[in-house]
Amino acid sequence: MAIDQIIITIAGLALAGFVAWFFWFSEKKATRIQAGQSGMQEAFITVKGGYTPDVIVVQAGKPVRLNFHREETAACSEQVLFPDFKKQATLTPFKTIPIEFTPEKAGEYNFQCGMGMLHGKVIVE
Amino acid sequence: MARDPVCGMEVKSPPEISLVYEGQTYEFCSLSCKTKFAAEPTKYIMATAYAADKKATYRIDNNGIEKLQIPIVNMDCASCAVNIEKEIKRLPGMKKVVVNYTTELAYVDFDPSQTHVEDIMAAIKSSGYRAGRSTLRLGIRGMHCASCVSKIEDELRRTQGVISASVDLGSESAAVDYLPSMIRIQDIKKIIEELGYPVYETGAPAAAVAKTRAEAEEPVDENQLAREKEYKTLMSKFIFAAVISLPFILFSYPALFGLPAQLQKGSDILRFIWISMSLLSLPVMFWSGSHFYTGAMAALRNRSANMHTLIATGISAAWLYSTVAAVAPGIFPSEELADVFFDVVAVVVALVDLGMALEIRAKGKSSEAIKKLIGLQAKTARVVRDGKEIDIPVEEVVLDEIVLVRPGEKIPVDGVIVDGSSAVDESMITGESIPVEKRAGDEVIGATINKTGSFKFRATKVGKDTALAQIIEMVQQAQSSKAPIQRVVDKVSGYFVPAVIITAILSFVVWYNFGPAPELIYALIVFVTVLIIACPCALGLATPISLMVGVGKGAENGILIRSGEALETAQKLNAIVLDKTGTITEGKPSLTDIVTVNGFEENAVLQAAASVEKASEHPLGEAIIKGAEDRSISLRDPKSFNAIPGHGVEASVNGNWVILGNLKMMKKYEIALGGLEQRSQQLADEGKTPMYVAINGKAAGIVAVADTVKPDSKEAIARLKKLELEVVMITGDNQRTANAIARQVGIDRVLSEVLPEDKAFNVQKLQQEGKMVAMVGDGINDAPALAQADIGLAIGTGTDVAIEASDITLIKGSLKGVVLAIQLSRSTMKNIRENLFGAFFYNGLGIPVAAGLLYPIFGVLLSPLIAGAAMAFSSVTVVSNANRLRRFKPGV
Repeated sequence: MAIDQIIITIAGLALAGFVAWFFWFSEKKATRIQAGQSGMQEAFITVKGGYTPDVIVVQAGKPVRLNFHREETAACSEQVLFPDFKKQATLTPFKTIPIEFTPEKAGEYNFQCGMGMLHGKVIVE
Repeated sequence: MARDPVCGMEVKSPPEISLVYEGQTYEFCSLSCKTKFAAEPTKYIMATAYAADKKATYRIDNNGIEKLQIPIVNMDCASCAVNIEKEIKRLPGMKKVVVNYTTELAYVDFDPSQTHVEDIMAAIKSSGYRAGRSTLRLGIRGMHCASCVSKIEDELRRTQGVISASVDLGSESAAVDYLPSMIRIQDIKKIIEELGYPVYETGAPAAAVAKTRAEAEEPVDENQLAREKEYKTLMSKFIFAAVISLPFILFSYPALFGLPAQLQKGSDILRFIWISMSLLSLPVMFWSGSHFYTGAMAALRNRSANMHTLIATGISAAWLYSTVAAVAPGIFPSEELADVFFDVVAVVVALVDLGMALEIRAKGKSSEAIKKLIGLQAKTARVVRDGKEIDIPVEEVVLDEIVLVRPGEKIPVDGVIVDGSSAVDESMITGESIPVEKRAGDEVIGATINKTGSFKFRATKVGKDTALAQIIEMVQQAQSSKAPIQRVVDKVSGYFVPAVIITAILSFVVWYNFGPAPELIYALIVFVTVLIIACPCALGLATPISLMVGVGKGAENGILIRSGEALETAQKLNAIVLDKTGTITEGKPSLTDIVTVNGFEENAVLQAAASVEKASEHPLGEAIIKGAEDRSISLRDPKSFNAIPGHGVEASVNGNWVILGNLKMMKKYEIALGGLEQRSQQLADEGKTPMYVAINGKAAGIVAVADTVKPDSKEAIARLKKLELEVVMITGDNQRTANAIARQVGIDRVLSEVLPEDKAFNVQKLQQEGKMVAMVGDGINDAPALAQADIGLAIGTGTDVAIEASDITLIKGSLKGVVLAIQLSRSTMKNIRENLFGAFFYNGLGIPVAAGLLYPIFGVLLSPLIAGAAMAFSSVTVVSNANRLRRFKPGV
């Protein structure tokens, strides 16, 4: 094996390993939201090529309001779905669209765009 | 002049009789009014605030206690009041809760810092009653900041009669939940306007804004506009990239196109062209393909990856390599390595943009059903208020209000006809194409169209409670639910994109190490092709898009599917249990047979029987009377009517003595029946209820009534059998009657004499035979059985569509809906499987081929250009396939 081949092989494997770690095994940053005075746990989520923040930690039994602000017109993110709560919303670009639900049980609930390309999750504690 | 808060009379100021309460002077016309006021001051103060038509506010007393009056609309007994009280009292901060049955009002004193009005409304709802509330949507102009929003919201929330208000800065609108009995729309508007913001009703533009009438009547769908804009942007991005691709392709393969020698590889001119192409690629990448980069960056920030990541990585790699090759070909060890792929950059961007644009178009069609439903809502209603007919926005219609509908008009809300009659086209709600005859006492559904006559009806459901609103809600919920089959996809899609990236990297390494020369070029081509051909979109879109079309199609045909799970289970069914009464049959008796003897005529016997029954209130009697009316037989008034319980009735009709009853009745009067007894037995065997008629002591004949089979039940059951379902009938009737009906409609398996509470158990027994069982029933008596079955299909009754226990609700009472529902679920699931197969097959085959798996054997390697085309059209294909479902027609 030539030296360049060895370098490419090692670099390739390292890169593949990094991709796996980066997307699958690294710790994701979760945003914890606190209930406001009204008891509503409210968060703002920017929708632009993804959800920011995309991991939201809330408490069970209290109502949650997620305000989606879609800052793009790309069709992918037009809808947001919460299948576990049977909620959906069409996100009008550059408008804040709220989704409300009350998680009763602890657990992880995913949300996603209409095509399943963008993902986020609500962790209920 | 001041106003007496108790009687409302005008009183001269300064007053002779007055009282100071909470720092405010109240004036009275008489001592008795003052005494009344002193006993219950708050009651009158609230009334005054409203009557004075001022900016009404909540009464908040010095202790910070809020006093609230809420009308309750469906209280029908005094004990209801206690239940509501109990439920409200459970909330924190309640000081005093009184629910008055006669005034239908709940008086609540509470601490607003502990409980919000909405919680009280929720408590009323959970006790099983409804508070009379309406929702008003208003457009607001002139809001420039978030503080405007809170200012308006706070002011509205403080207003008496407003339950909640939410103002949206973005859409410049407000949604106000209010009690129509306490505050009028004008008052709400006035409050906002007094704060300095002009309001207009959404759909009707403000005078200040010049809009055409046509536009005003059709509220502009902002999402649709955004979609249109996105489509146009993508198309222009596509055209730009496509135009640039053409020369790019030409100059990327000079040898292939046989360009003159001075433009062949190694020439200075070509190198110059390549450098220009590198620069020209920039607007293609960062304008035509800008969404790939923004999308990829955003995903990267969340440590996730999507289609954009793949495309952005692919085209960036191609561009980087090509630019190095164009600018500094010398750094490559051999000349042939200094090749460019600018064509790949431009063509891939162009094709994927085009694909995305086409997808937007196709997806617009997929969601048409729900748009149609939303568009059905009537905009105005003509009501009678203070004796005058006025046109009001449909949102303002209050419960129990009398609404007028003229021919050709849309019925605005749900209700019951009180006067007049007409034919109503209900096809948009029930899917039934033939107009339905309606007269006083019949239910009408909002959004249906009145065809022939004028009528007045009493509104029984308004706002969010109307059948249409519930249908829309159910359809939206179902469309956002997940079919279980989707779980596999979810698992895969979580790993998909990073796995593709890893595959691309590893392919690069393998080709570099083991591929043919020039290794680097091949390795790069394979790397880019793998990234570009992978289409996570097709995978993610496969299930939800078909579900959306399928559920929407159901709604168009009067079939409401609760969730994706229901849809998926419905296609696996192999047994179906039909409740007899109300499902297979009409659920109410009607006249079926008239037998005559001793020379009596049919009409005479029927006239005699029906006339006697006029005095009775027996449901079977009603059937006989209706039977006579249908034959246009005029009835006489019976005299000296006598009912003998368990036997029958007798009366004098037109001077003739008529007896109507069972065998015991005939025996009692010693009437010779002759052959009638045998005939009666025969009728009973057919599941009918025969009644003997005797006139002047002589047997005249038999009238028989029965719960008749719905006209299309037999055909529907035959179709169910054709769908390879075992059809079972379940009923509380005796075996003889049950078998008679079963024979009529062609059912082989009958479960008779089943007590209502045992229906669920019988469904379970069938399930234990290893069957997937559907139960069809009315949703009220059959609720436990519906819940026990794998799929509960409730046959809707009028405007009650959101039946809790059911997985599928059929708005129309026909069994054909059951057939349609099962066919639709099968078609939809077939469509989903096609899509999933397509998407998995495409990716499963495309990626290995792109990685060069076929190269060692066949020497085949995919061009990145073809990969781009395949990727661009794979998701369009998925959407188009789902749209085929829109043409779903119930097969035979």
